[in-house]
Amino acid sequence: MSSADYSSSLLQIAAYIVLLALLCMPLGRYMAAVYEGRFAPEGSVIYKFEGLLYKLCRVVPTREMNWSQYACAMLIFNALGMILVYLLQRAQNLLPFNPEALAAVPADLAFNTAVSFASNTNWQNYGGETTLSYGTQMLALTVQNFLSASTGMAVLVAFIRAFVRQDVQDGYLGNFFVDLCRSVIYILLPLSLALAVFLVGQGCPQTLASYAVYEPLETAALSSGAADGKNQSVESAKVKLALGPVASQVAIKQLGTNGGGFYNVNSSHPLENPTPLSNLVQLLAILLIPAGLCHTFGVMVAQPRQGHVLLLSMTAIFVVALGTCFWAENSGSWQNPAWNLIDGNGLALPANMEGKEVRFGVVNSVLWAVATTAASNGSVNSMHDSMSALGGLVPMFLMQLGEVVFGGVGCGLYGMLVFALITVFIAGLMVGRTPEYLGKKIESFEMKMCSLVILIPPLVVLLGTALAVSLPVGQGAVFNTGPHAFSEILYAFSSAGNNNGSAFGGLSGNSPFYNFSLGTAMFLARYWLAVPVLALAGALVGKKRVPAGNGTMPTDTPLFAALLVGVVLVFGGLTFVPALSLGPVVEHLLMVNSR
Amino acid sequence: MLKESLPALLLLLAMTILTGLVYPLLVMGLAGLFFPHQAGGSLMVDESGAVRGSTLVGQEFKEARYFHCRPSATTAPYNGAASCGSNLAASNKTFVDAVEERVKLWRRSGLSGAVPVDLVTASASGLDPHLSPSAALAQAPLVAAARRLPVRDVEALVRRRIEPRTLGFLGEPRVNIVLLNSALDKAYGRDNR
Repeated sequence: MSSADYSSSLLQIAAYIVLLALLCMPLGRYMAAVYEGRFAPEGSVIYKFEGLLYKLCRVVPTREMNWSQYACAMLIFNALGMILVYLLQRAQNLLPFNPEALAAVPADLAFNTAVSFASNTNWQNYGGETTLSYGTQMLALTVQNFLSASTGMAVLVAFIRAFVRQDVQDGYLGNFFVDLCRSVIYILLPLSLALAVFLVGQGCPQTLASYAVYEPLETAALSSGAADGKNQSVESAKVKLALGPVASQVAIKQLGTNGGGFYNVNSSHPLENPTPLSNLVQLLAILLIPAGLCHTFGVMVAQPRQGHVLLLSMTAIFVVALGTCFWAENSGSWQNPAWNLIDGNGLALPANMEGKEVRFGVVNSVLWAVATTAASNGSVNSMHDSMSALGGLVPMFLMQLGEVVFGGVGCGLYGMLVFALITVFIAGLMVGRTPEYLGKKIESFEMKMCSLVILIPPLVVLLGTALAVSLPVGQGAVFNTGPHAFSEILYAFSSAGNNNGSAFGGLSGNSPFYNFSLGTAMFLARYWLAVPVLALAGALVGKKRVPAGNGTMPTDTPLFAALLVGVVLVFGGLTFVPALSLGPVVEHLLMVNSR
Repeated sequence: MLKESLPALLLLLAMTILTGLVYPLLVMGLAGLFFPHQAGGSLMVDESGAVRGSTLVGQEFKEARYFHCRPSATTAPYNGAASCGSNLAASNKTFVDAVEERVKLWRRSGLSGAVPVDLVTASASGLDPHLSPSAALAQAPLVAAARRLPVRDVEALVRRRIEPRTLGFLGEPRVNIVLLNSALDKAYGRDNR
């Protein structure tokens, strides 16, 4: 890379971070207003629409729920959603909007996809354009993109209320259905609508017409030659190009940190992400709401600095991860013996372009890989399986940190808040005082719930990986060789066990074993976390707020941000360094050695 | 339990209609109003009115008188109905061999100078329509020879079609090979050889 390329790369990264910082603040304040019910004035159209929706659906908006009622409503709503997605896939051959006459989805794949989309993971064992009808993409997947995202946001809002409210005897946290509806109609729907129309302008299709069929340029030229009698041997051959309601699906897949694409190759497809501008805007959409929610938290607890500190901690980890990944992908020539060999013939660019698109180049591919795994988005604009060993380690580790560096909409921040509680607890142990966060005392029950939240994902990831590498059905699905094959399996369970959804795509995950094991991992990671988080909220909301004293550790300082980053990294490192050593680290050392 | 079930079911149905039907159809309506060409997949037609592809999606070119797109990992290269990348890791012998083979092929067809990396690596989608300017310019002498045209004319055509970074800093400079080949046919005819 020349120095001009480096400066343009740095400029793109800087522009992205600055734009994100500028946009997430007003959005965060707006979202706080929405959840506090002070945005839509009584009598406005949207307020009336909200009221009508509640009336039609028998929702009593004034009814408060305690943590178990809230969790119950959330679980029932998600279970019903999962069943609907399953049924729509199984019957897609009988339903409308199926111009390509695609067959019903097999049971194991339909189960995997249903869990995948309801749990905001959006792991793609299905092949987009080759498996799912337009009807399934719209009525099953697009809908769950909205609902799984708003479920995460609702649980977060309930958790924030546990700090806002105090001494609530009945443990009321709000109404799940109201929080969910507000997330959809005030936040996700308007943003998606604007983004989708913008994306169509950039070149994303939005149509219900069947796939385009045509004779490509070269074949047409040759067959016209054949017609003149010059080239008899060439037959006219038509090719197909998959189209569909792409833009509407892509907009919400980014905003809701879902990540399940319309096409098999997700946002690297030229019709799903046609231009550098569409790429920048989609990248912004990935982190916009997770970053904005940090501000929402600060506004709702009436201490904006508390939100800034969380945002600062996330950004710090993000920037370091980005730098590491960028370096690894640009220094490919010394990592790959093949490229040295080409160098002898005069290779122009040492950067790793396998599995990357020319219009994005290395910098946008790396920026995306880091953003999509920092958030639990999981959409891709390059093939992570083809990244260099250390380049691929970065997205894997970001997922393994528990998806708390921005993370999924809602769930990322409640994960980070759990880490904040653990941080004040550890700090409290050091000085021998009862830890407190925002005036709420953190005691034994709270710590038990926090432990559940941070222990379940690593358990699912490591046990799942261990199971898959010990069984022939698990080993047989790998595509690459040596330690990279192990990385493919570790990546798959890191992704499913943290509800990310991106993949080392070489792994043939569409087998009964992986459909069920990864489906179970996604299920556990989502709901076994949300339930203890709500239990934690239920315990905290009943506590009185104690005024900050001399011994209280301030949690709105850069010092606390540094401590928090340390706790997140140490916990993730201790848990996953052994597994990462067997995969990307060994692969890297072998490649360096083979020169 | 039952208290939450009925609202949950009704809300799921209402949201399915709102976000699964109203929203995509609304986007489609607005798209048809403002961007009808893009909404249909940015399809391009030749002078006879027949569809020849999408301006955004790469195509396979094998003849020497056309610029070639990047290697594609789809089953049948540039298969627009089933996108995929190679997923090959840099440590995989298959990948090492494939790259070596591609370099040899380019050398055999007369490519001189440095081999641009995008000419010998598969794209993420298998449908990448672009090449870096250096990869397109490297092919200009080969295309010119096959078409019996002066090299500088073909090079000039390539240079005219270089798209710079968006707003001066976004993305990478690139050449759309489908549009370049189409322009080549328009300027010099489909059959000169």
